[in-house]
Amino acid sequence: MKPFIQKSLKLNAGFLKLDDYSCILNRNFRSLSCVFIGTDAKYWFYEIKILFLQKNSNMDFIFQTWPWYVSGFLIGMIMLCLIYFGKSFGMSTNLQSLCSMTGLGKHVSYFDFDWKLNRWNFVVILGAMLGGFVAVHFMADPSNVSINPKTIEQLSQLGIDAPNGKLVPEALFGNQIWQSPRSIFILLIGGILIGFGSRYAGGCTSGHAISGLSNLQLPSLKAVIGFFVGGLIMAHFLLPLIF
Amino acid sequence: MNVLKYLFVGFVFGIVLTKSEAVSWYRIYEMFQFQSFHMFGIIGVAVTTGVIGIQIIKRKNIKDIKGLPIVIKDKEKGSVRYWAGGLFFGLGWALVGTCPGPIFILLGAGFLPISIVLIGALIGTFIYGLIKDKLRH
Repeated sequence: MKPFIQKSLKLNAGFLKLDDYSCILNRNFRSLSCVFIGTDAKYWFYEIKILFLQKNSNMDFIFQTWPWYVSGFLIGMIMLCLIYFGKSFGMSTNLQSLCSMTGLGKHVSYFDFDWKLNRWNFVVILGAMLGGFVAVHFMADPSNVSINPKTIEQLSQLGIDAPNGKLVPEALFGNQIWQSPRSIFILLIGGILIGFGSRYAGGCTSGHAISGLSNLQLPSLKAVIGFFVGGLIMAHFLLPLIF
Repeated sequence: MNVLKYLFVGFVFGIVLTKSEAVSWYRIYEMFQFQSFHMFGIIGVAVTTGVIGIQIIKRKNIKDIKGLPIVIKDKEKGSVRYWAGGLFFGLGWALVGTCPGPIFILLGAGFLPISIVLIGALIGTFIYGLIKDKLRH
């Protein structure tokens, strides 16, 4: 594998200006080595990307991980947009609407409301699903999800695979989980905690952490502190026991 | 148009959350290990943008798209529901690395195992609806 790597690097250096090359190399260094060790398809994907970037060097930000200040600003603007539309930014409300849609309102008063009033929020979710599809299939780059190397090392001790450009670990979300009742159970429990917790607290990350804190709501601060306490307990004490 | 604006906002939301990797299990884990500023930066800037925007809306009495005054409801007062609900949510968030928004985004992106998380979330919502009156809020 090694000569192949060196050869390809030389190849790249051959048709890229030194500055462009070192810039791309620096940014993608960690994943670059993974890409070349990985499958050929991934390598060609990368090669095409370099050609594209060479022609449109100001376009590469689309494929990179978007910086926190850009993303954070856009998320804030999305919330403000929905307020301007006369609505509010909250994703977990959809869970309640979905339950209500199935006719549970006849038996449980919590679901007895006109879910059709929340149809706009289903459209937001539909848009988000399309956005996710486009971003994953047409805007990805092997350099994505370059998390802290320390984190990767910690994860490998738990037996969880490194990202290498993937958004979610194979260990939790790979297709092999369909054969493992244990993995399915873990995902199901996680979902139940999210659904129950967000409805009990009256909101999730979007409703409390973004909307609530932006409106300087003390209850939201309590909820967000709760989110973090729960998250820290899981990440530091329970995950090592589960994996 | 009425529907399209929601579709567009959702579309941008899906792209931003994916490209910022806020939908990534790894980013959530990394955040809870305090090994990167990335997620804290995203939430911090989003909230800062929101605070400034809402203050402008309130002080200038900006009207919404239909010309009606913008009223942002205050959250209900209380403590137990926020601490306890928050704790449950946090446990789930760090376990499967997705909050309700990203569940749908990842599902749309084609990660089918996320559908189990969605089913779980619906069951969780149902359980809350069932026992709501017995819980302290």
